[in-house]
Amino acid sequence: MITAITAGIDIGAKTVKVVILKGKDVIGRGMATTGLDQKESAEKAFKAALKEAKIDQKDIDRVTATGVGRMEAPYASSQITEVGADARGANFLNPAVRTLIDIGGEEGRGIKVSPQGKAVDFAINEKCAAGAGAFTEAMARALERPLKEFAELALKSTKSIPMNAQCAVFAESEVVSLIHAKTPHEDISRAVHDSIADRIISMVRRVGIEKEVMLAGGVAYNVGFVNSINIGLKLEVIVPEYPEYVGALGAALVAAEK
Amino acid sequence: MLANYGYKDGSGDYFIAIDTDKCNGCAKCVDACPQSVFEMGDDDSDPLREEPVARVSGEQRKKLKYACAPCKRYLTTLSGGKTEETMKEIEKLPCVVSCELRAINHSW
Amino acid sequence: MAEEKKEYWRWLESRWTNPNINWRQAKIITGGVDVGSVSTQAVIMADGDLYAFANMRTGSDSPNSARNAFNWALEGTGMAETDVKYTVGTGYGRVNVPMAKKAITEIACHARGANFMYGPTVRTVLDMGGQDCKAIRIDDKGKVESFLMNDKCAAGTGRGMEVFSDLLTISINDVGKMSMEVDVEPEPVSSTCVIFAKTEATGLLRQGWAKNKVLAAYCRAMAGRVNELLQRVGVVKDFAITGGIAKNIGVVSRLENLLGLKALTPRHDTQLAGAIGAALFAKGLLEKDLKK
Repeated sequence: MITAITAGIDIGAKTVKVVILKGKDVIGRGMATTGLDQKESAEKAFKAALKEAKIDQKDIDRVTATGVGRMEAPYASSQITEVGADARGANFLNPAVRTLIDIGGEEGRGIKVSPQGKAVDFAINEKCAAGAGAFTEAMARALERPLKEFAELALKSTKSIPMNAQCAVFAESEVVSLIHAKTPHEDISRAVHDSIADRIISMVRRVGIEKEVMLAGGVAYNVGFVNSINIGLKLEVIVPEYPEYVGALGAALVAAEK
Repeated sequence: MLANYGYKDGSGDYFIAIDTDKCNGCAKCVDACPQSVFEMGDDDSDPLREEPVARVSGEQRKKLKYACAPCKRYLTTLSGGKTEETMKEIEKLPCVVSCELRAINHSW
Repeated sequence: MAEEKKEYWRWLESRWTNPNINWRQAKIITGGVDVGSVSTQAVIMADGDLYAFANMRTGSDSPNSARNAFNWALEGTGMAETDVKYTVGTGYGRVNVPMAKKAITEIACHARGANFMYGPTVRTVLDMGGQDCKAIRIDDKGKVESFLMNDKCAAGTGRGMEVFSDLLTISINDVGKMSMEVDVEPEPVSSTCVIFAKTEATGLLRQGWAKNKVLAAYCRAMAGRVNELLQRVGVVKDFAITGGIAKNIGVVSRLENLLGLKALTPRHDTQLAGAIGAALFAKGLLEKDLKK
């Protein structure tokens, strides 16, 4: 029997991600920023993944699409919700995962995952930057530092200070006041990450937090955020390799099972 | 007076309304809420009222969506807002149940 | 940070003395100080009528902001701080007003101030401040019947408009007027969240939208948003708008269209409502004290 080659495409608000599977092995990944034309961005991400996999579009047996723009992929033979794809991907990476926290640039999700890799319950924050990656990006800009450097600063903090603002725009003003008050940037960074972690944890609490907990989405690369989540949850979350591809991986797995 | 505590942001409406004319200051809601959302105090918006009244604590007013999340399991299947189904679920919330005078309501 | 960066979002400070009042003949002189997150107002009232005011930006701390505004209101009047017999503080920094004997929340003060500024027929007050948005229903005496205050989210607040004025490098004083200079009204900016709306606006500019068209789309979005907040308390005639955004014709006219209702024309600077209400509460409290 020939091993099937399948692809999962995750068309999000900010980025498109593609994972190509040969059987159950990932052979290619590709990403593109979502531009004005979602179809065009999807094609770009797909090409990148094909190139990495060193195969042709015609070698792909089946495609499953997920993400808000999942209907923009007419070549997909099936679609799956972001939540379903996320749960499937997390389960594949680590079957012990019962809670998945997926934080992207514009959206945050908490998902309760069954041992079979199904989404049992979920909570979402969308359309508000306070509970998404855009929050930390805006704060890094207020401190005039690259995001990575800003995130790493949090680990050197010696003091935990509370932030009052629950809105990214108001938090920017608060960060500026903290800078003027000569607060060490390390402590400001910690405060910012604690504040978003606090909101995310409260949101995930609605679905119940059960070990193991996995952190997915681009924000999982942010070490300051991971640190604050670990402190807030009093446990160590699992951060997979390529955390932003968990949804696309889940979609590719669904395609492989069809 | 109808005091609407909470906010509306990009993701939705999150208000707890307290009818201060109905509230008799019994403080049962303060004990009933597992997230310490309620407190008793002066009626800020009516400086002339002498009796204490139930309020949403200043700390929680800006994060009700998150603070109330553990009690709102129904939001997995219902989209929130004032639909008939959501209203039925709101009726079962511990704070709403605790208030015999029916002074407390939720918007989501 | 660039030292010389022009701050498009800054609005003008002002002060005023009522030429028709001789304060030395007044029986009761009271003060009201509203320390907001962005602006601070101090008003002096003589026998319940507006005598002087100052409207300034809030500085780094509330006590100093209150003092500066209060002193500026007194400037040139010959009045000393001790001539003001009772002062009430309100607003975000109300507990830090050094000359105030009492602090009263901005909801109560705005309601009372709107009743004074617009007359007893006002039933619905929308206050759009720098960092919050309030919808208040009041009775003919200015007592609060129902209210809502949104200070969690920047959408629908002065701060949201400031972000746009900065993004488009257009002075905050001109954004409203400029937004009216469009031939066809564009669709409103679809994101509520100011951060996402900013991203959306950047995209619109890249598509070649003119600045005034982007402003029109944002003013329309803001009008839509405050309309939704108003609907929660219900809109009853007469309707009045207070706070800094009341000066933004781009938002006000679009909101009036949505409501099918004209907002009353103010007698005074719309940013003064809170401070006026505070000074009126001060008068009531002083009279109560004197009776004892």
